Amino acid sequence: MSQNQDLPAKLQDIANEFAEVPDSDRLQLLLEFSQSLPELPERYAEHPELLEPVPECQSPIFLVTEVEDGIVNLFFSAPQEAPTTRGFASILHEGLNGESVETVLSTPSDVAMRLSMTDQVSPLRLNGMSGMLARIQRQVKEATA
Amino acid sequence: MSIAADTNEKFAQYAHGENLVSTDWVAQNLNTDGVVILESDEDVLLYETGHVPGAVKIDWHTELNDRVTRDYLDGEGFASLMKAKGISRDSTVVIYGDKSNWWAAYALWVFKLFGHEDVRLMDGGRAKWIEEGRETTTEKPAVEATDYPVAERRDAAIRAFLPEVKANIGVTPLIDVRSPDEYTGRRTHMEGYPEEGALRGGHIPTARSVPWAKAANEDGTFKGFDELKALYIDELGLAGANDIIAYCRIGERSSHTWFVLKYLLGIDSVRNYDGSWTEWGNAVAAPIVKGEEPGEWK
Repeated sequence: MSQNQDLPAKLQDIANEFAEVPDSDRLQLLLEFSQSLPELPERYAEHPELLEPVPECQSPIFLVTEVEDGIVNLFFSAPQEAPTTRGFASILHEGLNGESVETVLSTPSDVAMRLSMTDQVSPLRLNGMSGMLARIQRQVKEATA
Repeated sequence: MSIAADTNEKFAQYAHGENLVSTDWVAQNLNTDGVVILESDEDVLLYETGHVPGAVKIDWHTELNDRVTRDYLDGEGFASLMKAKGISRDSTVVIYGDKSNWWAAYALWVFKLFGHEDVRLMDGGRAKWIEEGRETTTEKPAVEATDYPVAERRDAAIRAFLPEVKANIGVTPLIDVRSPDEYTGRRTHMEGYPEEGALRGGHIPTARSVPWAKAANEDGTFKGFDELKALYIDELGLAGANDIIAYCRIGERSSHTWFVLKYLLGIDSVRNYDGSWTEWGNAVAAPIVKGEEPGEWK
C-alpha cells in the first residue's frame, strides 16, 4: 500500500479528532476508543479458533473479517488488560467496519503514524496497528479472490 | 532510609529485602509524607484505566529514554522528570507495574543509574493489587513540583555496554534471561511479541539460560530466598561470583533478574546489558552460539 494515499473518510475524521485535542488528552481519547470496542457476536465468541492472531501486537489480539456484497465487517477480540491494543482495534473498527472492499484495501499501511500519537506511544506499539490492518487486508483479498 | 522498611517475614530473608514492599504496606502508606508511588507499565493506557490511589504514572518509552539517541536521559533530563513527578532526592519511591513488574524493575534500574537511594518495588505489581480487590481510581493526583538536584548518570556499576560484554566472555558469568526459543536461536523475538529486527538468533557464547520468569511465582511476586538461591547460586555454580552480566532483548526482562541478583540475593556487582539481543544480534562480527549449550569462547 502506498504511504502517500489519503485515509478513508471515517479514518481521516478520527485522525483529525486526535490531531485537534491537546497532547495530554490523546491517551484519554484512545482509552475511550478502547472502551467502545464491540463485544464479539456469539458465533465468534463461542468459536475463538475462527479468529486470526496478530503477533505484531504486544498483547494478545485476534481478528476476523467478513465480506458480504462488497461490504467488509470486522470483529476483534482483545482482553481488558490490554487497553492500548483494544484502542487501536477500536479505531480500525470505527473507521473501516461497513466500508467497501475497495476502501479497506486502499487504506494506507501507515495509518497508525497519522494519529498524532508518536509522542505518547512508542513506534513499536504503533506497529501492532499496522499488523492488524495488514491482516484485515489479506483476509479481505482472500475472501474476494 | 527515612521511611521504615516493610517488616514482612518473606522480605527479611532476602539480602536487601528493604527494597521490596508488599501491597499491604503500600495500602498503609498511601498518604505517608515522603513516599511517592509510581506505576510503570508496558501498556501505555493501563494507568488510565485505574491505578493505586495517589500513584503517578511514569512511562519507560517516552520519559526515561532519550528521544533521539538509543540511551537514557541525562542528569538534567532526569532532574526535570523527577520535579514533574513530585519526587525529591530523599523521597521513598515505590514502583509497581504490569507483567510481573518488568517495567517497574526497568524503571527502578534507571533510577539507580542516577543514584536515587530509596527505590522499592511493590511485590506482585499491579496484577496483585487488583487481584486482592484493593481500591483503584482514575483520578490523577495533583503533583506538587519539587526540587531535584542534577545527579550525573553513573553507568559503570550497573550497566554493561557491548565492548565490555565482548571483553568479558569467558571471564564474567553471563545470564541470558530470554525464553528457551530465543536462547537457542529458534526465534529472534519473544513469542507473541513483535519482531524487533534482530538479524541473527542465538546467544552470547558462555551465557547460561535462566528465563526471567523462573524468579517469579504465578501471582507475579518474587520467589522466596531459598528458591532463588537454588536457582541462581547453586544450579549455575555462582557461589562466590561477584560480577555478573544479565541480558535479554532490550533490557527490560533482565532488569527483573538484575533486581533479583543484586537486591534479593545480595551479589555485589551485577550489570544489566541493556543493548541486549537487539544490539548483539545485529552487531557485525559479534560471536554467537546456537542451540542449547552455552558454548565456549575460543
